[in-house]
Amino acid sequence: MNLITLHEFKGGIHPPENKEQSTSLPISTMKLPEKLVLPIAQHIGAQSKPVVNVGDSVLKGEIIAQAQGFVSANLHAPSSGTITAIEDRVIAHPSGMSDICIEITLDGKDTWTEIQGIDNYLEADASELIAKIQASGITGLGGAGFPTHVKASVDESKIDTLIINAAECEPYITADDMLMREHANAVIKGIEIIERIVKPKHCLIGVEDNKPQAIAALNEALKNFTDNTFNIQVVAIPTKYPSGGEKQLIEILSGKEVPAGGLPSDIGILCQNVGTCFAIYKAISKGEPLISRITTVTGEACRQPQNFEVLLGTPVKDLLSATHTQLEQVNRLIMGGPMMGFTLEDTNTPVVKSTNCIIASSKQELPDPAMEQACIRCGMCTEACPAQLLPQQLYWFSKSSNLEQATAHNIADCIECGACAYVCPSNIPLVQYYRHTKGEIKQANADKLKSDRAKERFEARLARQEREAAEKEAKRKARAEAAAKKQAEKKATEAIAPATSADAPAADLELLQKKLDAAQSAVKKAKEKIAAAEEAGDSDKVALLKGALAKSQEKMKEAAKAIAEAKKAAKAAPATTGAAAVEMTPERMQNKVDLAESRLATAKKRLEEAQANNSEQVDALNTAVEKQQARVAEAKQALAEFLKQESAAPSVDLDALKQKVLAAQTRVDKAQERLDMAKQQELDTVSALQTGLEKQQSKLKEAQDALAEASK
Amino acid sequence: MTVILIAVAALVVLSLIFGAVLGFAAVRFKVEGNPIVEQIDALLPQTQCGQCSYPGCRPYAEAIAENDEKINKCPPGGEGTIAAIADLLGVEPEPLDAEHGTEKESAMVAVIREDECIGCTKCIQACPVDAILGAAKQMHTVIADECTGCDLCLDPCPVDCIDMVPVDTGLQSWHWQKPANLIATDKGQAA
Repeated sequence: MNLITLHEFKGGIHPPENKEQSTSLPISTMKLPEKLVLPIAQHIGAQSKPVVNVGDSVLKGEIIAQAQGFVSANLHAPSSGTITAIEDRVIAHPSGMSDICIEITLDGKDTWTEIQGIDNYLEADASELIAKIQASGITGLGGAGFPTHVKASVDESKIDTLIINAAECEPYITADDMLMREHANAVIKGIEIIERIVKPKHCLIGVEDNKPQAIAALNEALKNFTDNTFNIQVVAIPTKYPSGGEKQLIEILSGKEVPAGGLPSDIGILCQNVGTCFAIYKAISKGEPLISRITTVTGEACRQPQNFEVLLGTPVKDLLSATHTQLEQVNRLIMGGPMMGFTLEDTNTPVVKSTNCIIASSKQELPDPAMEQACIRCGMCTEACPAQLLPQQLYWFSKSSNLEQATAHNIADCIECGACAYVCPSNIPLVQYYRHTKGEIKQANADKLKSDRAKERFEARLARQEREAAEKEAKRKARAEAAAKKQAEKKATEAIAPATSADAPAADLELLQKKLDAAQSAVKKAKEKIAAAEEAGDSDKVALLKGALAKSQEKMKEAAKAIAEAKKAAKAAPATTGAAAVEMTPERMQNKVDLAESRLATAKKRLEEAQANNSEQVDALNTAVEKQQARVAEAKQALAEFLKQESAAPSVDLDALKQKVLAAQTRVDKAQERLDMAKQQELDTVSALQTGLEKQQSKLKEAQDALAEASK
Repeated sequence: MTVILIAVAALVVLSLIFGAVLGFAAVRFKVEGNPIVEQIDALLPQTQCGQCSYPGCRPYAEAIAENDEKINKCPPGGEGTIAAIADLLGVEPEPLDAEHGTEKESAMVAVIREDECIGCTKCIQACPVDAILGAAKQMHTVIADECTGCDLCLDPCPVDCIDMVPVDTGLQSWHWQKPANLIATDKGQAA
């Protein structure tokens, strides 16, 4: 019957199908629940954003959460009612975690908002159709929940074959089977719409041969319902799990393998789920957004297993009660199939876009996983693997967290079908290991990315700091250079007009005097202390203080010496400069003599006192007295000599006198000038200036006289 | 005699040629720097936290490579990093040196309580990866995606308005747990 050659994928298993239980009854519609809970993230990609507020009333089909970006999907109100909460609720996720959900309390009227399909959709533009699909919030209903408009936006020239995935290989699930049986016409129309969009050469509907009624219904629809201008063909494929995996189905129907890490479009194929085709048909022809789906409710605990057309957001417990499920019998409540689904902890979990099956299994039906035993390296997993990986190797690498090797052994290509774990005689939960490792790898990659970025930022920061430091250094250097230049300029000007600073030695002298005073007071204090210590009889302290005293005395001596030297230097300085020479006058000489005499007197007095007290200082004072006597004699001699010189030859410097005359002359001139000015302006200072001028003139005269006398 | 001379000459010529080739190769294919430093640096977590007492991850990597520094001084990297470096260098992994800190349960991120921030810019200067944004007398904030959770901004803050909080591990970063490593023969012990 098949006109194409079928290929076979390697591996795969044949678990008990358990499909007949839920196909005996037709798809029925649930009665409206009280409340619907809609998670805003029901698809792969960016979370959509709620566009309603608590208290808003919404109509059926109204948008309640807007897609964010291209890879995202809208969410619509599945029935009319009021928004009663937007908060975290338990969602359908293997983690059992919560996420933001929109709760709608239904009014029971189920009133539609205004909806509009596309007339003549088979002549419509692809972009128009894609826009409608996007607006309707359609995602892949097979399980992954990838937004359909993204998939449909593929470059049409690349697509050669459209494959409709109706294999439904997982046990228990019959949602697609029942859909094809009951809505074959709509499914075919949906396929035609996709063909209109991507324009493939032909289309293959892959159905496992355990669904003869579905195959018949599709063929019937193709024969009677359309003229089949789109070249659609139903292909029955052998029943084997996981032939419904996208890559496996493509391999069966085309013999081509999707490259690792690639997409089916890389080999000219687009794959869509049959349920998605039905949703597309409803969206395009009637304008109905994706607000419901067909879900199988089955399992041994169900008294009446069947398929329902369920509004999204319906709590699982409503489905269980609709099938008269014996809750006490339920051992594990599974969302999805027994191979790839996950256990639900909470019956309040809502049905979402990708919920194809609910299994309320009894203990006998799906017993708790047996205890893991050691791997015996039997290799059965390798035979079962449909992706032709090495599950055993991956198991070892996963167990030892050897992410590098796991990646090298293509763990990313694992489709997590569970065939390996199903055949494992040691009951090793292999898929769980792989899922964990995949998560670890993802985490490690994210961490690596982050650490690389941190490193980059750190290095950029270091570079910036270095640059800033260099700039600062350059600025500092520039400033220093400018300062040096200024200094040099200043020096140059100083060299032109050198300032004789005679006060420097004076300042030094002052400083030294201070030092000497300090040293003297220190000596005094030390002596006092010694006396006190002696009185107290503290010999240790005395010795210590004596040492200190010696030091202080040393300092004092040094200071005295320094002062003497400084004084000598100061005396020498005038001698060399000449200009500031101290004039030796008889008065000064006389002063000196007087000073020396008074000193001699005090010295003598002290000596007498010392002799009276019988002090040790007598000798020292004797020498001091002698010295003073010598000094007095010296001073007297100097005075006598000076007076002799003066009387003998008044050696007055002619030059000095001449200068004096000149200076007096200029002063007289200046005074004359000022007087003239004052006279001109008739100021009242005239008389004062007049006397000033006269004084200057008399001084000039004196000087001239002195000069005349000297030159004689 | 000539035979010996020819042989010697031939060997001398050969050795000159090979020497020239080797010399050229040594210059042409010279490896800049110490490649092991790069490799160690790649294994470090790049938090630049300085808990190892080196001013950043790279200096620590250099110390390990060149000064035989111990490999167990990186608390943010923890046992994983120690094992990786031990593997790379072919040495025995050692337990984390508690003196430099302990491994944190989860990744942390700094959060500034913004109404308490006085805008002193001290944390900005302390951040090794420039992950804090702000200006003098303006409120500062942490770019959470760039924060390495190094704690270096906590001490300089004069008003203690920075908290270290665990990175939000939401659904996006959730992944399956490793199955409990329990095999049937362990059953008795586990119970």
